[in-house]
Amino acid sequence: MYYFDPHIHMVSRTTDDYATLARMGCVAVSEPAFWAGFDRGSVDSFRDYFHQLTDFERRRAAQFGIQHFTWLCINAKEAENVELSREVIAMIPEFLDEPGVLGIGEIGLNKNTRNEAQIFLEHLDLAIQFDQPILIHTPHLEDKYLGTRMILDMLTSDHRIDTDRVLVDHVEEHTVGDVLKDGFWAGMTLYPVTKCTPQRAADIIEVYGPERLLVNSAGDWGPSKPTAVPDFIFEMRQRGHAESVIRRVVYENPIEFFSQSSNFDYRAPDEEAVVTI
Amino acid sequence: METSATQILDREFLELRARILELAASFDRLERAKGTVEGDQRWDLLQQGLEVLLGSQEERARAVQLLFSLSYDPDWREKYGLSRGVSNG
Repeated sequence: MYYFDPHIHMVSRTTDDYATLARMGCVAVSEPAFWAGFDRGSVDSFRDYFHQLTDFERRRAAQFGIQHFTWLCINAKEAENVELSREVIAMIPEFLDEPGVLGIGEIGLNKNTRNEAQIFLEHLDLAIQFDQPILIHTPHLEDKYLGTRMILDMLTSDHRIDTDRVLVDHVEEHTVGDVLKDGFWAGMTLYPVTKCTPQRAADIIEVYGPERLLVNSAGDWGPSKPTAVPDFIFEMRQRGHAESVIRRVVYENPIEFFSQSSNFDYRAPDEEAVVTI
Repeated sequence: METSATQILDREFLELRARILELAASFDRLERAKGTVEGDQRWDLLQQGLEVLLGSQEERARAVQLLFSLSYDPDWREKYGLSRGVSNG
């Protein structure tokens, strides 16, 4: 089965990982901008990072038949530096017309501070000004419920926000209901210890149905598994779910959501096949 | 697709047994160790988590998640001094 990993940080992964993903059926990835593991010191660091995301990474993925898309922002961890955050937000429009740029993300909250919320609101203004879809990071562990509710409060109290064009990521059992009820798309991240497991993601699909739900690996430089989406496919098959339901979650839903971006030029592999004998 | 409870138990029994065993071994490890975790808020949360599992309520996973979560204050924006502004209709 072809699948799409809608949230994976390939700049942190090896070229071998691209080969493995391709062998497991991955045909496209979307890579939100995120934290590098250290706080960057200047807007030029982000400019270089955005070049990497929009140029080098796209070409590296293409070598394995994987189409690479990306999202741009300054992440919540670095939003404590408000001055730098504003410089980055002002610079982002330089890249919005680059091929493969799908929108603004992953913006969100980390420790649910005032500065994080302030920069989140300024990212929303940027997305609205440039008519961009939005990909949202929700916090980890004990901060997730509070942070998700704060994010939903900011989104739903802004009449300019089109819920169809917002994906709220890293949902779990205690947040998925609120996200879907408010009309947003929801992403489940499959991690070895924190966030969701493939089994719990399958449970959530069974409870809420496949509409507006995506699964991703969020593979990065920390404990994570870039092939977690195939693990989810395997779990769903073991439970006897129809291939059409699985395909909807891992392939059709990401395409439907991302198709709202003007830079989403995805080409299905079977449409490209030309064999000369 | 309709899977029966017995089918699920057939499939997951050994895995569940193994997870209970892991919990038991972790608790034994804590007990063998020097000192005590009595009074530690994390220990209290773990005890409450086990009670959720043994209870009869629905959505145990959601209940456990909320148990380990900070609570939401609807007045958070006022407390942060973040007005709802012109963008909020």
